[in-house]
Amino acid sequence: MIQAKQTHELLYFALRNSKLRLGLAVLLLFVLLALVGPLLTDYRPYDYVGPGAQPPSSRYWFGTTTFGQDVFTQFVFGLRATFLVGLVGGGLATLIGVLIGFVAGYRGGLIDELLNMLTNIVLVIPTLAVLLIIAAYLEVRGVLIESVFIGCTAWPWAARAVRAQTFSLRAREFVDLARLSGMKPLKIILTEIAPNMLSYLLLVFILQFGGAILIAATLDFIGLGPTNAISLGLMMNNAVLWSALMLGMWWWFIPPGIAITAIVGALYVTNVGLDEVFNPKLREM
Amino acid sequence: MSLQVQGLTVYYQTLWGDVRALENATFTVADGEIMGLAGESGCGKTTLGHSLILLKPPMRFIAGRVTLDGQELPTWDMERMNAFRFTKVSIIPQYAMNALNPTRKIGKMIAELLESRKVRFKAVLPELKRRLDLVKLPPDVLNMYPIELSGGMKQRMVMVISTLLNPSLLIADEITSALDVASQKAVAEMLADFRDLGFVNSLIVITHDMSILYQIADSILVMYAGQLAEKAPADAIIHTPRHPYTRLLIASLPEVGVRYSQKRLMGIPGRPPLLLHPPSGCRFRERCPLAFERCLEEPPFVELEKGHFVACWKALEEEGERGERAYVEA
Amino acid sequence: MLKLDRVSKVYRVGTFGGKELRAVDNVSFEVREGEVVSLIGESGSGKSTIGKLILRLTPKTSGSITFNGVDISTLRGNALKEYYRKVQGVFQDPFSSYNPIFKADRIFKIIRDEFFPDVSGTEWNDRVRRALEAVGLNPEHVLDKFPHQLSGGQLQRFLIARALLLDIEFLVADEIISMLDASTRIDVLNLLADLKSRGLSILFITHDLSLGYYISERAVILYRGCVVEMGATEKIYHNPLHPYTRMLMASVPRLDRKWGKEEARLELEARPALSAGCVYYSRCPLADTALGCASRRPALLGVESDHFVACFRYTEAERVLSPARESGLTVPVEAQFSSGDKTL
Repeated sequence: MIQAKQTHELLYFALRNSKLRLGLAVLLLFVLLALVGPLLTDYRPYDYVGPGAQPPSSRYWFGTTTFGQDVFTQFVFGLRATFLVGLVGGGLATLIGVLIGFVAGYRGGLIDELLNMLTNIVLVIPTLAVLLIIAAYLEVRGVLIESVFIGCTAWPWAARAVRAQTFSLRAREFVDLARLSGMKPLKIILTEIAPNMLSYLLLVFILQFGGAILIAATLDFIGLGPTNAISLGLMMNNAVLWSALMLGMWWWFIPPGIAITAIVGALYVTNVGLDEVFNPKLREM
Repeated sequence: MSLQVQGLTVYYQTLWGDVRALENATFTVADGEIMGLAGESGCGKTTLGHSLILLKPPMRFIAGRVTLDGQELPTWDMERMNAFRFTKVSIIPQYAMNALNPTRKIGKMIAELLESRKVRFKAVLPELKRRLDLVKLPPDVLNMYPIELSGGMKQRMVMVISTLLNPSLLIADEITSALDVASQKAVAEMLADFRDLGFVNSLIVITHDMSILYQIADSILVMYAGQLAEKAPADAIIHTPRHPYTRLLIASLPEVGVRYSQKRLMGIPGRPPLLLHPPSGCRFRERCPLAFERCLEEPPFVELEKGHFVACWKALEEEGERGERAYVEA
Repeated sequence: MLKLDRVSKVYRVGTFGGKELRAVDNVSFEVREGEVVSLIGESGSGKSTIGKLILRLTPKTSGSITFNGVDISTLRGNALKEYYRKVQGVFQDPFSSYNPIFKADRIFKIIRDEFFPDVSGTEWNDRVRRALEAVGLNPEHVLDKFPHQLSGGQLQRFLIARALLLDIEFLVADEIISMLDASTRIDVLNLLADLKSRGLSILFITHDLSLGYYISERAVILYRGCVVEMGATEKIYHNPLHPYTRMLMASVPRLDRKWGKEEARLELEARPALSAGCVYYSRCPLADTALGCASRRPALLGVESDHFVACFRYTEAERVLSPARESGLTVPVEAQFSSGDKTL
């Protein structure tokens, strides 16, 4: 579909873009760790493996928590949960946002008004308050529930952005021509408008991915996270609860903190790099 | 005083190499002359216009010499050209209407512009008001924001601003293309008035619309694919063109009074060459019905008659034969 | 064939939609079989909106548009698709008419998928080749290319070829050559004229008077959404009646004569058109409140056969709104025109 020269050109710039390379490298590192890490450890995150509050050693690579749990195990399992939230939460948010954005942007008129209203309402809802209420009713919460919740509340900005792009594309004459060819609106959106926005949609997904991770970490940190799993945010929550800071147990809260920062940061940097690749005007010659 | 351009060559830098947008341009604009710069898209007329006043990347100065009123213009040096802009050379760019800063009142903008040229606003104000009156703009336009003016009004405003310091040379880049017919006529006539009233000395009017040039220009310079094709008095270009491109171009323009059923006009088959790797010699030869072997060599831009320059081997040949015949008959 | 009867398109503008913008105001005209009609107007005249109304790309506010007797606003679903088999459009910007990430000949594939799904591959390729040749393109040179690899002229012809594949009866050509180079414009124009001689009806929308004259038999002059003059092209151009048409004729730069000394009255800025009076009132050098120019809209009157004008200065010769009625009127125009003509 996209011509060979264009893809070739994109790849050329992609490989040369330092931001893209840096971002992807960092992400790859953590992904590998998440995939391979759990295989390197014999323990499970909440197992008691040895004496508590041990600093890192050759036995316990990241040391142990106050209760004698292996921090490294918690870390690598937590990474998996974090990525899962990003994927499911971010993916869901992207899906909802893109769908609503397309429909609102293409149809305009009353439907646009209604969808705008919906977007604004969801934007304004105090998600924290809602989550507190949900937490009160659901005693057992999993990572999946958390992801779905994030997915259902983080989509408004994506919808707005996609709507704006759809508006501008719809005004282009090739859409008129498609209508004159008797194409149905849904087919026009899927075959004419969406392909033009692929790079944009990719960027939206990356941002949603990063955003979901950050939101999850925040929720976990204040205690609204999953009750039956471990995540990086939960690690930090626990660390603070058990005074790791004051007791100087840096190995408990620093790795998860760095990991979250690095992953989200890498995602944003990748985003900027990709933007430069797709948009010739931003490239530094 | 006049403008003399010799061998001006300007290329565009791109990822794939240099685009040879302007090749070896040599011509003169006399004192008080309105010269039209005509040609189709991609012919280099905008490059030529801009290289005389604002040669910035990706444009790259390769060679040439530009002299205005006996003084050489350092066109390749953006910094040094600052001293000449607005005072000796001025430009009304395309889409000038959008060049007005929307967050500034017009009067304030002019004041700032003048300050940067070390001219006091108060000193120029009476003259400014006179000129606003001339172009039929009310004096309180100075207190308005650009958004309050219509397209035609903004265009006239920019014309006044560009000529406020009485530059010797004014370059007008496609200033009529976005206007309706009545505004076009008003703006074009205003340009001629500016010259008549002495606000500017010489004018270069860049446009693709030959009929406007016929109305107000003294001479027309036709360009093709970065090269100069023909320069002659406006009447001569329209009625007795010598270059094959000019002839074909004029013959393809529909006129009120010509109907398809009576006289079928013809276009020029083919397309202009890409200037990344342009053909050697005359760049029109691939589309020219009169091309022959000599055309592989770049024809010189010669004066065949008084004030009538052509860059074409065939035209030279014709002129030579004409000279011989005249000699024989004499 | 195509008839517009008192068609209007009104937009709601301003905060809370308080004001209205009459993009098209009570326009009526007709395009007959095998005829080219020029719709001439400047920007803001509503000419493009009329094109979109005919193509059903935007809904009308009032009036009726009929094609071969059928009101097109009633068409839905398959009936609308059938309409598009007979009526198509080509627009101003050739590059915007193509989806930039796909190859140019995808437009043919779309036509095939939507209208001719049963035609075999070889038969279809054959039809495409013939359509391309009919528009003067060499199939070898233009197939399998991306839009940016082709020139504006080639892209426009591609679009005409697409319309021919559908075997259309009516084409809306909206400023199709204004973005092309001068040397290629005339080729596309000649192509349209050729197609006309083979039976195609064309609504040629343009702002350029000389193009209208070159190609059309009849012309409709629009100003701010209203028809101000209408009729046979020859008559309008050689004997313009409405002050606006006269101003256009005088202001258009020509290659055969220089501008006269008349001052073209510029749009008096920031003065919106009156909601009640003639649309040209704010610029008309002949406006006269005594005649009603500021309070009523003039109707289109037949002044000679196939020549109509909407201006109070022309006395009623005969109330003719249907061009088919031959009035046999040959009274010279000057006799009917009331005095006050100084600057025209």
